[in-house]
Amino acid sequence: MKTLEELKAVRESMEGEVALRTHGNASSKYERHVLVCGGTGCTSSGSPKIIAKLEEEFAAKGLTDKVQIVKTGCFGLCERGPIMIVYPEGSFYSRVGVDEITRIVDEHLIGGNPVKEFLYEETVDGDEIKSLDDTAFYKKQHRVALRNCGVINPENINEYIGRDGYKALGKVLTEMTPEDVIQTILDSGLRGRGGGGFPTGMKWKLARNIVPDADMKYVCCNADEGDPGAFMDRSVLEGDPHVVLEAMTIAGYAIGAKQGYIYVRAEYPIAVERLNIAIAQAREAGMLGKDIFGTGFDFDIDLRLGAGAFVCGEETALMTSIEGNRGEPRPRPPFPAEKGLFQKPTILNNVETYANIPQIILNGADWFAGMGTEKSKGTKVFALGGKIKNTGLVEIPMGTTLREVIEEIGGGIPNGKKFKAAQTGGPSGGCIPTEHFDIPIDYDNLIGIGSMMGSGGLIVMDEDNCMVDIAKFFLEFTVDESCGKCTPCRICTKRMYEILDKITKGKGTLEDIDKLEELCYHIKSNSLCGLGQTAPNPVLSTLRYFRDEYIAHVVDKKCPAGVCKDLLSFEIVKDKCIGCGMCAKQCPASAISRTDYIAPGKKLAAMEIDKDKCVKCGACIASCKFKAIIKK
Amino acid sequence: MNSAKSTVPFKGTKEQEAQLLAVIEEKKGMQGALMPILQKAQEIYGYLPIEVQKIISDNTGIPMEKIYGVVTFYAQFSLYPKGEYTISVCLGTACYVKGSGDIYEKLQEKLGIAGGECTADGKFSLEACRCIGACGLAPVLTVNEDVYGRLTVDDVDKIIEKYTA
Repeated sequence: MKTLEELKAVRESMEGEVALRTHGNASSKYERHVLVCGGTGCTSSGSPKIIAKLEEEFAAKGLTDKVQIVKTGCFGLCERGPIMIVYPEGSFYSRVGVDEITRIVDEHLIGGNPVKEFLYEETVDGDEIKSLDDTAFYKKQHRVALRNCGVINPENINEYIGRDGYKALGKVLTEMTPEDVIQTILDSGLRGRGGGGFPTGMKWKLARNIVPDADMKYVCCNADEGDPGAFMDRSVLEGDPHVVLEAMTIAGYAIGAKQGYIYVRAEYPIAVERLNIAIAQAREAGMLGKDIFGTGFDFDIDLRLGAGAFVCGEETALMTSIEGNRGEPRPRPPFPAEKGLFQKPTILNNVETYANIPQIILNGADWFAGMGTEKSKGTKVFALGGKIKNTGLVEIPMGTTLREVIEEIGGGIPNGKKFKAAQTGGPSGGCIPTEHFDIPIDYDNLIGIGSMMGSGGLIVMDEDNCMVDIAKFFLEFTVDESCGKCTPCRICTKRMYEILDKITKGKGTLEDIDKLEELCYHIKSNSLCGLGQTAPNPVLSTLRYFRDEYIAHVVDKKCPAGVCKDLLSFEIVKDKCIGCGMCAKQCPASAISRTDYIAPGKKLAAMEIDKDKCVKCGACIASCKFKAIIKK
Repeated sequence: MNSAKSTVPFKGTKEQEAQLLAVIEEKKGMQGALMPILQKAQEIYGYLPIEVQKIISDNTGIPMEKIYGVVTFYAQFSLYPKGEYTISVCLGTACYVKGSGDIYEKLQEKLGIAGGECTADGKFSLEACRCIGACGLAPVLTVNEDVYGRLTVDDVDKIIEKYTA
């Protein structure tokens, strides 16, 4: 494929195929397409076995020419994985078991009747089967960055082309000047999706102009998604790797670079494999390499693997790491746009940022700027996790409220528990309490309430989570991951962790809380890189909204959520105890013995716990069917 | 750190060395080649003891102190051999709020080793990891390539049994 005409021919031949999956004008060779999620979540919950079983059944029942099996990227609703969708009906089978496949093949793929009892409950309404787009989880979503995830086979470049893939690159190289491209991105209002929210077009403009006679420039992609609980970028790489390659090539043309690097976590083996396949296919198809579309423009991309260092998600540290060094951040200025990778002008954008670029080029800046809030345009992908019913990946327009995300899309908190806080921004972000539930989510609003957008992890916590413990958890992470280059981050995070540890053990004082706060401001103003500067956010935000919990630990020596073991005590309510002795059998510390008190109406003497021997493991509570044991 | 580990003698073979030299040759002239070389070296040997670092230093001209600096900076690189099965418990936020900390503790108790250590029989290594991205299945642990999700503390015994049988 060397010319735009050839690209167009491939697109036209594929359009009808993939349209079968998107309610478009379909003209597929196959009667049906069976899409099985091959993302990390569903792969872990068994989707490879589903595919193997389907292939076996197809071969035995002669379906191979009639039904196509497509291994896609993430559909988003990881909670219900493994997931399988059958088109053109759009039947959504969730938590599919291998032993369900035979019935689905016989009744649905051969017989034409979806097997209702295996469908996702939300899509079944009496006798009717609802479209997936009408379910609470998908209704409010708007997929731009994720538009191809769960729709195409990521290992087939032609399916990407069938969804307008590489069309934007063709348009840019043949119809636009680099300045036009930059202006379009500027006008769209796109801001960096990795956390900071810097205007993407501005970054590109600086890199194009700041060193006019640079002999070499680089385009980098930050795929070192290190925030625990965030998996947006991984899903894009696994489900739609070509979009990143196309966008980086467009960026290369815009700033005048010939070489790109993708820095991806080694912990994402599926993403790495699909990127390697995609790069090889793009080179073969002439979308990467020399003289792309015969325009004389050269661009190529190399993959570099991270090696497990959170700090490498920071832009200068990432570049230092690609150079083959310890991934320590460098002072800015000079900014990467002037002296970045190998001391050359460089831009670095995050995966999700790139995933928006081709759509902006094709649909125009106004289309993109029409979504979102005044200062945050477009959509944002969030990884919903923690104590929420529908864990998974969601893409929503900026300005959607937290309430809509958690209660409607996320389906609320499971097990009838009460919501306590939502954590965004990972170790750099903060915890948002119920009182801010109705704030429209955008970059500036989140910063205003002491958190940040971050890369998009959104972890929900309920009444059983202790906020001091959560703050300690994040500090432990930061202490572990601090690169050690600058003193405030290296030393102060450690001291903060020690104070938090003391508080969770019931040895904290009110002065400790003051000291903790003072350290927070010290680290914020004195650390070298963004990670250090934001490291105190989990502590500051929990102090701001949940100070009473800190006070309870320090003054009353109690953990209200019942998490901090040193502050717990277990007790048997003697009037509820029937004396069955189950708890004593389960106790690993032999701390439970029989008393001589028999409760009214009971036959056996009640049990009691020796507090000195008790190790607070909670085994007794789990064993008591009469709810006679309480923890305080 | 368990001192027993560092006394495990280096048992690199000639074949392994030949493989490593081929990798170094292939990456010659590549900008920032050290990390990819180390990653390949760890694939070949399973870990990066000082002897392996020395081979890399001698054949690339990169000083030992720089190589050691890079190896010790990144969590993925190990100076010590690992067990036959590496158990990684995800302590990412989504797993943590769903109780993966208790699972990690239970494993330490069960195996009698601390995180980062290897059992005396060389069977199991235990480590904590930060988010493998399977948050929908939280809490999660992996044993080599196998992923176990939606766990409770009670599942630990069964999982270990599977690999000791």
